[in-house]
Amino acid sequence: MTDIRADKLVDMVEPRSERERVEAENRRLAEERKKIARDGPKLKGAELEGRLDATWRRPPGIIGWLATVDHKEIGRRYIVTALLFLALGGVLALAMRLQLARPDSTLISADRYNQLFTMHGSTMMFLFAVPVMEGVAVYIIPLMVGTRSTAFPRLNAFSYYMYLFGGLMLWFAFALNVGPDIGWFAYTPLSGPQFSPGKRADIWAQMITFTEVAALSAAVVLVCTILKCRAPGMTLARMPLFAWAMLVVAVMIIFSMPAIALTSGMLISDRLVGTNFFNAAEHGDALLWQHLFWFFGHPEVYIIFLPATGFVSVIIETFCRRPVFAHSVVVLALISTGILAFGLWVHHMFATGLPRVGYSFYTAASMSVSIPTGLQIFCWLATMWDGRPRFPVPMLYVVGFIVTFVIGGLTGVMVAAVPLDLQLHDTYFVVAHFHYVLIGGAVFPLLGILTYWFPKFTGRMMNDTLGKVTFWMTFAGFHLTFFPMHWSGLLGMPRRVYTYPAGLGLELPNLISTLGSFVLGTAVVLFVVNGLVSLYRGAIAGPNPWGAASLEWATASPPPVYNFAHIPVVESSTPLWDSDGELPVVTGLRVDDKEILLTTVVAATPDLREPVPAASLWPLIAAIAVGIVFVASIFSPWALAFGLLPCGIAFAAWFWPKDLKRTPEPVII
Amino acid sequence: MMLEPHFTGDVADLPTHKFGPSSLTWWGIIGFMVIEGGFFMLTFAAYFFLMGHEQGWPPEGRQAPDLLAGTLFTIVMLLSEIPNTLVKKAARAGDVPSIRLLLPVMVAIGAVLLVIRGFEFNSLNCRWTDDAYSSIIWALLVLHASHLITDWGDTVVLAALMYTPVSHEGRRWVDVDENSLYWRYVWLLWIPIYLMIYWVPRL
Repeated sequence: MTDIRADKLVDMVEPRSERERVEAENRRLAEERKKIARDGPKLKGAELEGRLDATWRRPPGIIGWLATVDHKEIGRRYIVTALLFLALGGVLALAMRLQLARPDSTLISADRYNQLFTMHGSTMMFLFAVPVMEGVAVYIIPLMVGTRSTAFPRLNAFSYYMYLFGGLMLWFAFALNVGPDIGWFAYTPLSGPQFSPGKRADIWAQMITFTEVAALSAAVVLVCTILKCRAPGMTLARMPLFAWAMLVVAVMIIFSMPAIALTSGMLISDRLVGTNFFNAAEHGDALLWQHLFWFFGHPEVYIIFLPATGFVSVIIETFCRRPVFAHSVVVLALISTGILAFGLWVHHMFATGLPRVGYSFYTAASMSVSIPTGLQIFCWLATMWDGRPRFPVPMLYVVGFIVTFVIGGLTGVMVAAVPLDLQLHDTYFVVAHFHYVLIGGAVFPLLGILTYWFPKFTGRMMNDTLGKVTFWMTFAGFHLTFFPMHWSGLLGMPRRVYTYPAGLGLELPNLISTLGSFVLGTAVVLFVVNGLVSLYRGAIAGPNPWGAASLEWATASPPPVYNFAHIPVVESSTPLWDSDGELPVVTGLRVDDKEILLTTVVAATPDLREPVPAASLWPLIAAIAVGIVFVASIFSPWALAFGLLPCGIAFAAWFWPKDLKRTPEPVII
Repeated sequence: MMLEPHFTGDVADLPTHKFGPSSLTWWGIIGFMVIEGGFFMLTFAAYFFLMGHEQGWPPEGRQAPDLLAGTLFTIVMLLSEIPNTLVKKAARAGDVPSIRLLLPVMVAIGAVLLVIRGFEFNSLNCRWTDDAYSSIIWALLVLHASHLITDWGDTVVLAALMYTPVSHEGRRWVDVDENSLYWRYVWLLWIPIYLMIYWVPRL
């Protein structure tokens, strides 16, 4: 292939004088580059901090608030929004429990009940569990790996707005009695045009599109941050386990979420423009939906669970005062869980009539995933055994997690066996199982880690006594609610049915479950009260109140907007325990422009300096444009055609530099 | 108590752009490639899943798509790799005049391809509403068309940017380099789709 060089083409496009002008400009910029202020022994302390603060602070006022690209603000919004959706989803759960407290209850109609369990499941999975994990990671990961920003902070902001709009759409629809009523899995043909006329199913499917765009964007942000933005010296082998967990999770999101986005797109097109993907009459297949849904749906469970294992590793390390036992085994367990998670989806479909070989294969695969998970649990137990454990509130949640999750894991191995699964499928036994693994496996560690990182987020400690009361109420309330469901499930009580007849022995377990759910609900209220009161009255935390080892504790609480005055250097996997009162740092980043350091992927040696984008309204505008297209396309396929231009303009303006003058060093404005 | 800084090194002399896996955006683009690849792979899976239910492919009474438009599209697309490689080399060499010449060529090729794609939809010999076979054939073509439109819009914006003073900044050359990388992905993905739409029904 010929190589077209400048000297051949140059005179056609660019006169010689133009070239000379560019070279003169290059020389002038090189001179100016020498005058740029950088941090270092001569520029440190209060003066440096003042200038960095002025550089990194977003514009004031409502515009600046909407335009922010600070990962801490976005992470905080993600967490708060997700917790609000948790509260909403929890209220729905309490409503369902009230309905089921007595047999033949007429408190809630069948139609409303269908909406309630669909909204509960969809809200908890798509609007709470995944976003809250991503939110915590978006806040903590840059601090933990020792950098000043996430990669692609504007994409991060866009991700949050897409998530918010998707959640608002779903809940507005529910308020208007157009809430989906097809289960969180939306099986065809029930969700198809024949059995779900109206727009309820479309609202569900389009909520999926919103949240998947958000989750995928955040996943790319996290992968790039973890791989490229780590502090010098933080090799992959020294990387904190939470960062490892989030790396695996983000890669899993990237591989699994296209499945649900694709299949919900197919569902919308079956409903709106008459395609036949799931229409058996025209040779489509409802099982295609189940395959695509569970190809996402099973990894989803681990997408929720693996961040929580990261939380557990963080908490255990700090409160046992030793590194987690067998660091590399835990990492390998995370990776193998992530891979195995993609080979299990069919175990959700045992009742659909599969080939016998499929039964055996997916049973074996489902049981095998308990091996890496078991390894992790043994590593944590060994850490506690060998360390000097203390038991403040975060550690209590970890113990609660281990107990509860092991029970849930055992019932998981039980239902992996096909003969038993065929008996228990669609009964409350399964409801008990997945609440044990999801609440026990993810929400307990989440509450622990929120208590643990609360001082980092806010600068103040949560109240310990109230925290302990909350933990015990959560623990007791949880088991009171969900343990009896094993029992009602074994008695044959089906899921997703709005009531049950008297005289089958279901009254007592259901009444206990309802009582337990209110204990659990009260505990959640207590947690929120503790958080709100501590926000204003809590003890001042200081930079490292727990005596922890990882880098997020090397900066003030709450962290300044620029995170670190100098970029830290890492020499071990527990840098703050090995620091001898000094923090090794590198210098030389610009002070009057936003800049971060990129390092190599494996060895984390300094590689590049990277400008960080300024605050911008365009991610919000792009999210609004895309959001309008998504909502409009529930009603007309033409929305996609007409929406192309506004979305294109918004994305182009996002990318386009607002000042086309050259600068001595690159900036993104 | 905050730890005192202990100065160990200085990064002021590091570059602000590099090509390939050192670049942050390279990783971002790889991430989005995997996401889009995921969409396509699962659509392929759906295609073969639905095909497994049929006695014939295309099902009895249907005609396989006409070859002309799709094949023409494929030839133009494969040939577009020549200017694409030239742009990529020019970007790596920081050769702004060549970039300014060649990116508009890529925009023009993209426009031609979009027109041919229009004819392709017309030569499928089915409507998406006909049956599952038709739906999945249309899905493949629509997905790839959206891939094409996105990359074309991206190239238009980038070409315009290369006519401004910032085109002399190294980071813009990285943008051009990665845009060319992406174009390779667009045509690489087309090859299996071309086979699935036009040739698998002829087997």
